[in-house]
Amino acid sequence: MKLQWGRRGDNLYIYLSGELDEHSVAGVRGEADKLIDENAGLSRAVFNLAGLKFMDSTGIGFLIGRYKRLKKYGMGMYLESPEDNADKILSLSGLYSLMPKI
Amino acid sequence: MNEMILKFPARSENEVFARNAVAAFALPLNPSLTELSDVKTAVSEAVTNCIVHGYRGKAGWITITCRTVGCKLFVEIRDEGRGIEDIRQALQPFFTTLPSEERSGMGFTIMQTFMSDFSVESTVDAGTKVMMSKEFGIREQRDAG
Repeated sequence: MKLQWGRRGDNLYIYLSGELDEHSVAGVRGEADKLIDENAGLSRAVFNLAGLKFMDSTGIGFLIGRYKRLKKYGMGMYLESPEDNADKILSLSGLYSLMPKI
Repeated sequence: MNEMILKFPARSENEVFARNAVAAFALPLNPSLTELSDVKTAVSEAVTNCIVHGYRGKAGWITITCRTVGCKLFVEIRDEGRGIEDIRQALQPFFTTLPSEERSGMGFTIMQTFMSDFSVESTVDAGTKVMMSKEFGIREQRDAG
């Protein structure tokens, strides 16, 4: 799992790549939270999933966890470019109603 | 017909190995990329359950038995962990016994959705066995969700 990020205007972009499962999630959880805390004044965070080759339901828990943290700061959360595998899981779990796909 | 038995310690670092081993075993059946990805996801869910719920982080073994018959893959994933008290409740979408750990409660729902057949047997303090199969080459219905 790898996490990269960038800041454009009022948006925090978080790029996830690799395979997100029970084993790999621990590392990126802390990294994402630190980034959110450091960018708390922005209006929204966009998670780009284009490089995510695999994700299971661990990914749902991970994304909801970050959603809650962003909400505390009044920041919106959006998802961008999921691969088919991730898209299927995100649709099935109804996550797009919390964090729209853009 | 072909068969495989895979036994490994219940450690999360083995998840990637387990799902890729099952996918590799299924390759001669010529699955599509989507079908293969469905199998990997379902296996990953079942193995995660063994580690997180079956053994709750304690040491133990996970056994995966695979069989191919025609264009169908059968996968059985078993632990000798604590078992499930109420299977009906465990199968409910979003139900989790560990909400504090960012668990989604979607594992069984994903296994059921991504595979053609699914069933689970469990005995408290003895373990849990998940049985799944997937038939390859059927035109997939577009997911309405």
